[in-house]
Amino acid sequence: MTETAFARNAQGAPPARPGRRFSLTWLGLVPFLVFSTLFLLIPTAYLIVGSFVDSTTGDVTLQNYARLTEGLQLNAYLTSIEISLVTALVGGIFGFLMAYAVISGGPRRLRGPLMTFSGVASNFAGIPLALAFVFTIGRTGLVTAFLAGLGINPYDGGFTIYSKIGLEIVYLYFQLPLMILIIAPAIDGLKREWREASENMGATTFQFWRYIALPILMPSLLGSMILLFGNAFGAQATAYQLTGGFINLVTILIGNQLTGDVLHNKGAGYALAMGMVAILGITLLAYQFLQRRSERWLR
Amino acid sequence: MAFLELSGIQKRFGDVAAVQDFDLAAERGEFVSFLGPSGCGKTTTLRMIAGFERPTAGSIAIDGKDVTHQAPNQRNVGMVFQSYALFPNMNVASNIGFGLKIRKRPKADVDRRVAELLELIHLEGRGDRFPWQLSGGQQQRVALARALAIEPTVLLLDEPLSALDAKIRVALRHEIRQIQRQLGITTVYVTHDQEEALELSDRIVVMSEGRIEQIGTPFEIYNFPATSFVASFVGTLNAMDATIVDASAGRLSLAGHEIRTTSKLAGSAGSAVTIALRPEMIALTSPDGSNVVAVSPMKGMSGSNRLPGTVADIAFLGSVVRVRTTVGPDAIPVFVDTFNNPNLAVPAAGSPIVLGFPPEACLVLGRDVVPDRTDALAAAEAML
Repeated sequence: MTETAFARNAQGAPPARPGRRFSLTWLGLVPFLVFSTLFLLIPTAYLIVGSFVDSTTGDVTLQNYARLTEGLQLNAYLTSIEISLVTALVGGIFGFLMAYAVISGGPRRLRGPLMTFSGVASNFAGIPLALAFVFTIGRTGLVTAFLAGLGINPYDGGFTIYSKIGLEIVYLYFQLPLMILIIAPAIDGLKREWREASENMGATTFQFWRYIALPILMPSLLGSMILLFGNAFGAQATAYQLTGGFINLVTILIGNQLTGDVLHNKGAGYALAMGMVAILGITLLAYQFLQRRSERWLR
Repeated sequence: MAFLELSGIQKRFGDVAAVQDFDLAAERGEFVSFLGPSGCGKTTTLRMIAGFERPTAGSIAIDGKDVTHQAPNQRNVGMVFQSYALFPNMNVASNIGFGLKIRKRPKADVDRRVAELLELIHLEGRGDRFPWQLSGGQQQRVALARALAIEPTVLLLDEPLSALDAKIRVALRHEIRQIQRQLGITTVYVTHDQEEALELSDRIVVMSEGRIEQIGTPFEIYNFPATSFVASFVGTLNAMDATIVDASAGRLSLAGHEIRTTSKLAGSAGSAVTIALRPEMIALTSPDGSNVVAVSPMKGMSGSNRLPGTVADIAFLGSVVRVRTTVGPDAIPVFVDTFNNPNLAVPAAGSPIVLGFPPEACLVLGRDVVPDRTDALAAAEAML
């Protein structure tokens, strides 16, 4: 029997095995793979290698990393972290409150327009955003002039849009809507029955939020704020256009190290960028961890 | 005074009347079911008892105390939701103990009560599990324990078994009934499943379009439907148009044949009425009487009606065999149910047959025409 079966197999074509057919569907991934290789993998490899090279001598060195904890570099990290933290917290808290008001409490017909606006505004950044703020609340901006006409000139009180606080206000323009977009699904997942069940067992609204809603939403809230932090940390064009590099941010310092006339040190720039990659990588990992936890609860 | 009393309850959502003229008096320890199709207002009524909806008119009293305008968290009413509504951030023990924690009971008391309830729902040793680690049936048991933990005055269950598969549903409804009897807690149960309502309830409130159609024991609801809606909604029913021949004698004309009913007929000769026959009340025999396919449980009743017909098709439903027949020149469909057994000689489709049923089984439907309860009760007793 075995011989016959073997002979038949040897003579004829091998029987088709299900699931082993050659598939061309993977070709759809080619553009993505090419794009990732050209604009992510190769630049990252270039960055990693360059961060260990002394720009003057071309020797291998750890000096570029050692300098990250010194003067200008350390200050850039601290300033970037401060601005990112402030805008993540303020944008996160107010974005959550706005999203909750529209989704759970307020008129539901506002939801569509708010979401559409948030989608547009969260992507409105860079030079156009900076100019928009200059034209409205800049020293001679439209709103400033209007307020001055009313006898309330914010610039007389020491406020300026070209400062750290001014930059934070500008960042909030895209941080707030981004928070609304990210947190909306989590708020949607907060079931009405949870509130009713807690009320049914004697809980007040405060107790519902303390014991149920906030613990359930916390992973999403923290995850979203972490994402806002990363979003602000990586911004460059808005800050550069608004302050002309006056505020020492990591992204602006990297630009100065790579292309500047005064601070020209490519190795130091690459090391700064690697530090930034590490910070953004950690924020993304933290976001994913919290998101997974939240999804399990809100399923 | 009844333990749970709903008087003249109405609820409107804009122009839509969700519940109208709802009156109910449930005694302490009674198990009452609200039965009806989707959108009939049963869940809205339950939510009004819980305090999640305010009645547009009427009042709700529990144990003699008016709670109509009381907040849900002050009513001490336990509710089990269709979707379980367990708190996903808490484990089973914390879910069950939540209400007691809110009431600031000592931790030792909470732990003891949680342990008791875990034993009651047969989930001992699973207090540290999270809801997502439990099956649907287990989650619903935890939801029940959570509702019972606060020792509520009234237990409300909103279609608690509808998300579960058939076998678990049957097992769990036995458990619910057993626990309810054990604790003697007044319970209101919402369902659209007639079998569930018939099996569990002391009394059933059948609802349609926001109104009560009938309140009665499962026996009354099934055997003496007060309206055509109740008759058609509860159980399978053959509803047929007939004409009154002699109202005082209970004579009707159906499919060209004269039949009799013990129901009181309101109307003159020639008036149209709808008559209802339960499939299990009809006997089915071959024309010469040699093959008895189905025997009416009311066979002892006198003066059987006989209608010639034809077998259209046969459906095996497990323990029951349903024979679809047609009678008269208009081929009016009539279903006949009989218990399945290996010796059953089922006639082939197209075979001529004779349907027999006693006058007592022939109900006349309509809001104004109520079957004669005395005769029907006698028939039911004969059946038992």
